[in-house]
Amino acid sequence: MQYDEIMVRYGELSTKGKNRKSFIDRLGNNVRGVLHDIPDVKVHPDHDRMHLTLNGADSALVMKRLSNVFGIENYSPSVKVDLDQALVDQQAIDMVKEQYKPGMTFKIDTRRSNHHFGLSTYEMNDHLGGVILNAFEDIHVQMKQSDLTLRVEVRNNGIFLSSQTFTGAMGMPVGTAGKGMMMLSGGIDSPVAAYLAMKRGVQVEMVHFFSPPYTSQQALDKAMELTAKLTAYTGKIRFIQVPFTKIQEEIKEKVPEGYLMTVQRRMMLRLTVALAEKRHGLGIFNGESLGQVASQTMESMLAINDVTTMPILRPVVSMDKNEIIDVAKKIDTFDLSVLPFEDCCTIFAPPAPKTKPNLDRTREFEQRIDVEGLLEEALAGVKMTEIHPGETFLNQQEDVFAELL
Amino acid sequence: MIYFDNSATTKVAPSVLETYSKVSQTIWGNPSSLHNFGEQAYNLLEQSRQQIADLLGVKLSEILFTSGGTEGDNWVVKGTAMEKRAFGRHIITSSVEHPAVHNSMEQLAQLGYEITYLPVDEEGRVSAADVKAAIRPDTILVSVMAVNNEVGSIQPLKDIATVLQDYPTIHFHIDAVQGIGKGISDLIFNDRVDFITFSGHKFHAPHGIGFIYARSGKRIAPLMTGGGQERNLRSGTENLPAIAGMARALRLLLTNEETNVANERAVRGRILNHIKDFPKVTLFSQDNDHFAPHILCFAIEGVRGETIVHAFEDHDIYISTTSACSSKKHLASSTLKAMKVPDQISTSAVRVSLDENNTLAEADAFNQVFDQLYEQFKKINS
Repeated sequence: MQYDEIMVRYGELSTKGKNRKSFIDRLGNNVRGVLHDIPDVKVHPDHDRMHLTLNGADSALVMKRLSNVFGIENYSPSVKVDLDQALVDQQAIDMVKEQYKPGMTFKIDTRRSNHHFGLSTYEMNDHLGGVILNAFEDIHVQMKQSDLTLRVEVRNNGIFLSSQTFTGAMGMPVGTAGKGMMMLSGGIDSPVAAYLAMKRGVQVEMVHFFSPPYTSQQALDKAMELTAKLTAYTGKIRFIQVPFTKIQEEIKEKVPEGYLMTVQRRMMLRLTVALAEKRHGLGIFNGESLGQVASQTMESMLAINDVTTMPILRPVVSMDKNEIIDVAKKIDTFDLSVLPFEDCCTIFAPPAPKTKPNLDRTREFEQRIDVEGLLEEALAGVKMTEIHPGETFLNQQEDVFAELL
Repeated sequence: MIYFDNSATTKVAPSVLETYSKVSQTIWGNPSSLHNFGEQAYNLLEQSRQQIADLLGVKLSEILFTSGGTEGDNWVVKGTAMEKRAFGRHIITSSVEHPAVHNSMEQLAQLGYEITYLPVDEEGRVSAADVKAAIRPDTILVSVMAVNNEVGSIQPLKDIATVLQDYPTIHFHIDAVQGIGKGISDLIFNDRVDFITFSGHKFHAPHGIGFIYARSGKRIAPLMTGGGQERNLRSGTENLPAIAGMARALRLLLTNEETNVANERAVRGRILNHIKDFPKVTLFSQDNDHFAPHILCFAIEGVRGETIVHAFEDHDIYISTTSACSSKKHLASSTLKAMKVPDQISTSAVRVSLDENNTLAEADAFNQVFDQLYEQFKKINS
């Protein structure tokens, strides 16, 4: 069925009091962002609901995109007919026909903002109920938990009918919680953490450390590809790549093996904090899950966290690996994450890193390197890119290959 | 030249050859190499795999490349036997399978596996009821072809799938070498199938390349062990030019499947309707939905199959005795034998097999030659 309009119901944000208007505006912009390549669609974020006028755009595609946008509780595609009872009746029959199964139950739910048109709310329910009962052999009216609810909205510009409601992505509109820096390695956990941060309204900027020639171009491409996957939820994401080779070499040369990882993480965190401060970020997000690896014990977190007072948020901290993998599969990052390119976290990983690093000793060992100088040099080499939905990095020859296949 | 032996092999499509040659000359790195050049080959490999998976509506990871139909059949049969030997050693198959399946079964029989060969009816089809009756607690595999390579009959795959719904641990293998692109993909890709064999050169891809579909979560042991290619299931450096060529050939095959099938059916119908009324002709293929559209098997009583083949060849028309694989061994067709056709008739059987490029004009030319030869053969078989 070709629909004319999609009605979007807001999630939690309806309860947000005075911030409501800015939340709704932000959601409207996010919706426009994921639909940027479908210019026919007009987005109207009204104060109780959002209406998307399709103007002939493919409703299935628009709904697929909408299903990813946080801050939406559910949405219903609707068909518009002129203010004419006969047209309403026919459309109601057509819509029920699409889902009809013998023995099913239904109800009519009418709302009117146009009080001049023909039947009253109650009369409309009654009349359309009769129309449906006459048109189908084995269908029954049921008010509670009916199989099908046919919604009818009588407005000044026409009558809108819908029979299906799809669950949205829930959460809060991305951006309403402020900006955070996401430490994205390329593994399974950090994309999931980024997704969860976005779900609670955070606008994330990806910070990725790369160490050529110890890490390959593919590892960087993979992180960018993962970012592109995550743009499905926001429209676009800033990707910040930080050169980390020199720092890793220095640490490897001067710090005892057991503390390599701890000092390295402290340097990464300092760099991320510096970027957050420069870019008005309010916090740092990472993919740490408690107890998963050596750097993710409470002791390690204490020793690493020592370099900043900025909040470090760990969305997957209490999740089991399998739970994280389930989400990764759901958001389609898993297959990318398991591509076997070494990232900066795995190179130089000592065979036995300290799982319980001592804070004082960490500070002491760290003095052997020129922390300030190294930070400055790395920050000077930072490169930023804006990544948009649909961009591809890992397999850039795709178009060339398309001619071969 | 009129080529009516497409079930033996097909001509490589020009654009497929172009792909083969371009890839051989420009993307000849090893997909397993770490450097960029190898990476490029890896990307093309995976994009080819993706295209094949998309065309068939399956997952990327469910497509595994092989050297062709024989390897695919051997792999699924023996790989299942190895993987599931602790659970049972009984296998069910039909009595009309291609030798790649049949002889793999025979080899397993020598190793102590028990094989049940299901009988077929006069159309060469097994019955789902027989499959059900043959199932035992130790059955590990049911292997049935989609389309018989000698007479073209389509096996009742959906009915077999329904029977096997109640036995989720039994591997269900379909040899679809003759079935791809013939309008029966809903039968082949049924809800229950676990493994499917395909061969590239039967649809205008180069020789020496094929693939299997392996349902996610269903395991078979590798036969080729080594460098760990194909997710450690089929080692050996990938034949990338042929794989890319095959991905293209499959796209070409499936793009106009409906039109192609209708065309093949029309061409075959033209021949079938012409020859069916000759008193000494016996038809083994019919024009109904129990048969694939591209195969016509018939016999002219009293004339050896190879004589008919050579007689047509003198008119530049290429057909085959029932299957190319056994044709040089002077054996009576095993499918026809299983269909209980007497030897004296089955030795007279020949097969016409079409592809989407054959035309009605070619069918008419064939019919003319047929009339002429039929008259000529009267001298020896009256």
